[in-house]
Amino acid sequence: MTLDAVVTRGHPTFEQRAPAALADSQLRHNLRNATGTIRRRRAAAVGEMPDWQALREAGRAIKERTLRHLDHYLLQLEAAVERADGQVHWARDGDEANAIVVDIVRRHGETAVVKSKSITSEETGLDAALSAAGITATETDLAELIVQLAHDTPSHILVPAIHFNRAQIRELFIRELGVPGLSDRPADLAEAARVYLRRKFLETRIGITGANFAVAETGTVCVVESEGNGRMVATLPDVLITLAGIEKVLPTWRDLEVFLQLLPRSSTAERMNPYNSFWTGVTEGDGPREFHLVLLDNGRTDVLRDEVGRQALRCIRCSACLNVCPVYSRVGGHAYDSVYPGPIGAILTPQLRGLAQAGSLPWASSLCGACYEVCPVMINIPEALVHLRGRVVREGQDARGLRGRLDPENVAMQAVALAFGDARRFEAAQRLLLRGAGPVTRAGAAPGGRGPLAAWTTLRDLPDLPGQTFRDWWRENR
Amino acid sequence: MSGAREDVLRRVRAALRDVPTGETPEDVPVPRDYRGAGVLQREEVAALFAERVAEYRATVHRVTQDGIAEAVAEACARRGARRIVVPPDLPDGWLPGEIEVVRDEGLSNAALNDSDGVLSGCALGIAQTGTIVLDGGPRQGRRAITLLPDYHLCVVFADQLVELVPEAIALLEAAARTGRPVTFISGPSATSDIELQRVEGVHGPRTLEVLLVEEAVTQSPVLRRQRNATRPAHVRESGRTGSRR
Repeated sequence: MTLDAVVTRGHPTFEQRAPAALADSQLRHNLRNATGTIRRRRAAAVGEMPDWQALREAGRAIKERTLRHLDHYLLQLEAAVERADGQVHWARDGDEANAIVVDIVRRHGETAVVKSKSITSEETGLDAALSAAGITATETDLAELIVQLAHDTPSHILVPAIHFNRAQIRELFIRELGVPGLSDRPADLAEAARVYLRRKFLETRIGITGANFAVAETGTVCVVESEGNGRMVATLPDVLITLAGIEKVLPTWRDLEVFLQLLPRSSTAERMNPYNSFWTGVTEGDGPREFHLVLLDNGRTDVLRDEVGRQALRCIRCSACLNVCPVYSRVGGHAYDSVYPGPIGAILTPQLRGLAQAGSLPWASSLCGACYEVCPVMINIPEALVHLRGRVVREGQDARGLRGRLDPENVAMQAVALAFGDARRFEAAQRLLLRGAGPVTRAGAAPGGRGPLAAWTTLRDLPDLPGQTFRDWWRENR
Repeated sequence: MSGAREDVLRRVRAALRDVPTGETPEDVPVPRDYRGAGVLQREEVAALFAERVAEYRATVHRVTQDGIAEAVAEACARRGARRIVVPPDLPDGWLPGEIEVVRDEGLSNAALNDSDGVLSGCALGIAQTGTIVLDGGPRQGRRAITLLPDYHLCVVFADQLVELVPEAIALLEAAARTGRPVTFISGPSATSDIELQRVEGVHGPRTLEVLLVEEAVTQSPVLRRQRNATRPAHVRESGRTGSRR
């Protein structure tokens, strides 16, 4: 199944990519199993917390405070990391961040790095940049390793290889890791990865991690994980590089008490995930001797500028919204063509990349609101989706000048707005509609999708209209 | 690179034009109506901790203060561990005579990797989540020693336990402020990356065993930790690194 077939120009739209995913029955089977399982587990893990809503409120508020004073906290973080003998770098975009990392690796004369999972590094294309510089990056998260060996891209924030089943992984490991006679038991597959990666951990002098949180007050970086590869990468190498988006900063150490409760239950549906590592610069006699923190903008300040869209920066990458989403759980991550798939991706990606590049994503939703309900930091994703749809339409119209204004959809919407703006006009419009709708809805269904408003009518039936409007009925019967 | 720093900060400030000039971070209210302190009795906290650790498929043994060495001997015998790594300041009283003990005086990663296991204390435990926390304090050693061996035997005193996560974060603030690394351990290393089926043990120790030491408890964890910190330095014997089997 090649998605290239449906690419027309530039980035394919969501509508262009989705059919390929929907036609892949193996993918849909894998996705249904995985998202259904984790959805049930999450509900149980959250259900045992009597103060869950209070934690969500606190999480939302802490992020809100941080974002509204982001410059203050970034400077505080920088000072604290430097106080702890760490070095802080700033990057305007992904290329700049990659160049900083490449430069650090080269300065140490190394040609290999071990990486623990970092979605931010996928966003910047770090592996490709390292490879172009002659540096081999080994992904050490099991799922990331699977994806790397398969020359594929992740399709889920938390379970990047959610689109692979055990038979596919077995085949891959036999071929790529040279482990003949491997079974498809998950325990055996994990053991094969353990043996392969242990050697890498012991040999490699430079480690790269992402960050879940960075505490401004203390300069502490926190990585939340399950497998122990994050601990390995943060502990064993001589040099540690952490790549973090500027929105990962938290004001105080105490704030961790909120996020360390919200994240594991929302993400892996555990009371606590197996390992959380916290480090503050360099510690004498324990772990790396050199620490670099790279702070990345890469469009985040564009997101920050939009007062409604800004809330997307609260995201702690738990992926709960993906698992409950009726759209994601059918099309999977690749249809979103972004390292941030699902509902959060539908509002984050267009803002990070620009509406012209990813403007189809705000429509990749039924607006059912399940994502908002599970979001641990209360991002109102439906609100942001509708807001972004508005921006896409308006900017499209503005770009097309008068022709944009005379677009039938726009004319219809303007007419509706006019009618709804005044009671008299509203009633007149209703009567007009009642008289005119008869032939249209006679068979109980709207005509098939033709004409300038086809997108509205192809998949929707117009319900039968009653003979009288409510307002008329009220006048007669009150 | 300083150009990038100024640019990013300038963009942040430009993006926040809607924030009133006089607004301070504290002007944005943060309600903290969640549970900050537990309600369980000490005995209940210990029971909850033991239950929750066991749910991660880690083994918990409840022992008394003077039974630690014996419990260590039994655990190592069950595991078949003959040569175990310990932090430099681990109390001698925890160690049985019959196993070979290697005190970490800067052991190489390869040596740690080849050991049969590690025995350590901890900073505290969280009952609500079944979590053991290391903060580089007494009886814990540096991070690598509790990471590379495949077997981690951890001694937790009942009076080191707190009920809730916020209580633990409060106790760990001093470690963070002084730059000590902190590690939360909740069960053995695990992955659910293959069809969301949980597999114990990928990179960290695949087996986690906890000795929960209960004794007459009269002090809060904070006092307990302070007392531990001021104990006389334990005898630092050089590593007995006899030949392996």
